Amino acid sequence: MPLDNTESQTRKFKVIGTRPIRPDGIDKVTGRARFGADAVAPGMLIGRVLRSPHAHARIKSIDYSKAMKLAGVKAVVTKDDFPDKTDGDAALYDVLYNVMAREKALYEGHAVAAVAATSAAIAKQALKLIKVDYEVLPHVTDVDEAMKPNAPVLHSKIFTDGVEPKPKKASNVVRRYEFGHGDVDAGFKRADIVIERHFRTEATHQGYIEPHACLANVGPDGQGELWVCTQGHFMVRDTCARLLGMDITKLRVTASEIGGGFGGKTTVFIEPVALALSRKANRPVKVVMSREEVFKATGPTSSSSIDVKIGCTKDGRIVAGDATLRYQGGAFPGSPVEFGAMTAFAQYDLENVRAVGYDVVANRPKQAAYRAPGAPMANFAVESVIEEMAHKVGMEPIDFRIKNAAREGTHSSYGPVYGPIGLLATLQKAREHPHFRAPLGKNQGRGMACGFWFNFGGQSCVTLNVGVDGTVGLVTGSPDIGGSRASMCLMAAEELGIPYDKVRSVVADTGSLGYNDVTDGSRTTFATGMACILAARDAIKKLCARAAQIWGIPEDAVVWENGHARPAGANAGNFEPMSLKEIAAQAPSTGGPIAGHHEYSADGAGVSFATHICDSEVDPETGFTKILRYTVLQDAGKAIHPSYVEGQFQGGAVQGIGWALNEEYIYGKDGRLQNAGFLDYRIPVCSDLPMIDTVILEIPNPGHPYGVRGVGETSIVPPLAAVANSVSAAVGVRMTETPISPPKLLKALESLGGMKKAAE
Amino acid sequence: MSAVTVNAKINGDPVEFVCEPDETLLDVLRNRLGMTGAKEGCSTGDCGACSVTIDGRLTCSCLVLGAEVEGLNIGTIEGMANGEKLHPLQKKFLEHAALQCGVCTPGFLVAAKSLLDHNPKPTETEVRFALAGNLCRCTGYDKIVRAVMDAAAEMRRA
Repeated sequence: MPLDNTESQTRKFKVIGTRPIRPDGIDKVTGRARFGADAVAPGMLIGRVLRSPHAHARIKSIDYSKAMKLAGVKAVVTKDDFPDKTDGDAALYDVLYNVMAREKALYEGHAVAAVAATSAAIAKQALKLIKVDYEVLPHVTDVDEAMKPNAPVLHSKIFTDGVEPKPKKASNVVRRYEFGHGDVDAGFKRADIVIERHFRTEATHQGYIEPHACLANVGPDGQGELWVCTQGHFMVRDTCARLLGMDITKLRVTASEIGGGFGGKTTVFIEPVALALSRKANRPVKVVMSREEVFKATGPTSSSSIDVKIGCTKDGRIVAGDATLRYQGGAFPGSPVEFGAMTAFAQYDLENVRAVGYDVVANRPKQAAYRAPGAPMANFAVESVIEEMAHKVGMEPIDFRIKNAAREGTHSSYGPVYGPIGLLATLQKAREHPHFRAPLGKNQGRGMACGFWFNFGGQSCVTLNVGVDGTVGLVTGSPDIGGSRASMCLMAAEELGIPYDKVRSVVADTGSLGYNDVTDGSRTTFATGMACILAARDAIKKLCARAAQIWGIPEDAVVWENGHARPAGANAGNFEPMSLKEIAAQAPSTGGPIAGHHEYSADGAGVSFATHICDSEVDPETGFTKILRYTVLQDAGKAIHPSYVEGQFQGGAVQGIGWALNEEYIYGKDGRLQNAGFLDYRIPVCSDLPMIDTVILEIPNPGHPYGVRGVGETSIVPPLAAVANSVSAAVGVRMTETPISPPKLLKALESLGGMKKAAE
Repeated sequence: MSAVTVNAKINGDPVEFVCEPDETLLDVLRNRLGMTGAKEGCSTGDCGACSVTIDGRLTCSCLVLGAEVEGLNIGTIEGMANGEKLHPLQKKFLEHAALQCGVCTPGFLVAAKSLLDHNPKPTETEVRFALAGNLCRCTGYDKIVRAVMDAAAEMRRA
């Protein structure tokens, strides 16, 4: 169905852009909301997972006979309970291997067996009775080390793709990617100034507060149910069914309320294990991860090693940009380096640009998506060099960025030509913002950065049921992580012309609705939201048809206005308009229930840009950095519920601040994670932060009837560089590695002091 | 180890439960009493999602044993609203959109109420430090701090 692309600019909205209370609000503030670990079932067993203590080891044998003899133990599963049914699908095989280790354990925390017992205490005791005979192998956790020719090789089947000739020797380098256009070498020849720097970022975890949890119930007839906290229960259903050889529609998956995901709950970990245990025990089995398991065995993001080289003329025009990115994605292929390479220079209008990416495996947990996967690291590297270059050219960094910013018509660094985009708008608004002129004190600095994210559309299926009392039930299949049910209700209410509180939105289970993609890629308000709009339009057609039937006039002689069917054309004025409530009341006698539907794969997701400004103060005695002020300016296309748009801006910024300053996976020489808890893996706390100011810009996305762009991910892209640039401005040291932790910064300050002394 | 019988009060109501000597108060609340408003985010006292009050004192229920609360009064999120009337903090959290996923929200509300019980007029800094034991990964805390300040102001007016 073609969309009216001019509508978003001319339409006067009634409820879109207001800030009503979310439909699940009361449940969330009273403790009634049911999350993953809150479910119980009659006769339920507790499942626990045995995990490898080694970073890399061959599993010679597993003996669980003693565990099975323990009273209360009802089932044990190992790799033998997960025969390979992946039928040549390499990515699915990796999921299978990650769910339960096969010939080798590939990282500390890799699942090797699991137990279901009548209590958690018995399950825990049973794990100790399982004897695993390991042959410990040499390991590698660092990305640069993993790429060396003599590094321990994780998989004998990886021969680097994307290079000519294809290597004959297996290595940890999965694939080489390249993006760009123009002639980079020729561009650098024209440059008056060239800056080249090396950067490193450490792996960070999504850090959702709710650990993974699920409750599986499978019978011997192959039918089953699964209750699970996930970003995509249809994905969970399809993946688990394929891994376990079940019929997809015989497994009904219900998404619980989800306690954060940020990309980390877009795959399966314990779900197939719980189902396998349940099938074997023929009892419901609940599995809940501990926080330590979340850190060690679910997906953090990649660590990275990046080289960036940028050249510009002395009047401040960038003539060439070149980057090489190396991301380790844990023990399996699929680090987000491709997205890193695509997004690295996406915010600039460049004649000559190249970004090369290497996907690398290492003995760490399989990475999972983390909010704009792959982009923050690349952005940190590029935006750090951009800031430095602006200073070298003698321009204000914001003016340098404006001069080189991507705009409508720019051939993007990753291929497409941009339509209407909001980068310049965010930069111009940033320059006018009072934050930009606020005075700074001693040891304080201001930095900025611009960031980009693609956003995604994808498959959505929505049903809109009109109740006989004129209220509307909206049925979607997109788990609501951050208030999206409120946005869905707003869009349906806007279309139907009824009040927000007459629409109730639920996230349906997989048996009740067609397939919906995972809530990821900032897609839900865009794609599922548009499906809500189109389902409402479908319902309106049917409501108009009922009115036509009641009035005895042709269907096309009825229009929908302000929540009412109204006769139009020759019949205009002949009948009193009928409200949705009046038509609904007559539904039983005019043809039965009235429902609208829409199912599709949405195209036209609009890219989103942001500019962030950060002020920080560094304590030169301790190397501690305090964020003093932070402003996010981002293009939302159209803010459906502005409070939750602001919330996405603020939450992403603060995750980025944590990445920049504190958060990191710390590995010992033994390849074991040394900080698998919230005490030592320190995410930002309330007292670390100032208020996070937000400015919502609305440059409509032509691909959505209201102009919506995804907003969830772009906000984590610029903070690493914005923070690093502010620290650099505060102390005169360019920090090229995250986290910019106090010991690291102190060391840099000391070497700077040493250099200053030597110069005196 | 043999199970222990404990008599305590939860949100003012008498309750008797049996638990293992090594069982945390959080597990007792969630698994034995069906009160799942307190959440387990870490089980090490770092995230605050399991916050309750014990005789008015803010506590991580994952760090207390069920057997320790004999004779004490436990306050949980389930006791915060008065019938259909929400506590001002609950109301302000909704109005300010101070939650996204909402899993940390019960802990934040219990901790914020504990703060306001002791300090009806906190500064922003006081709010930030009082809530520093509660982790939220979604909001960046901005709207939470605003909601607590606003609720405090409303409670002072009442």
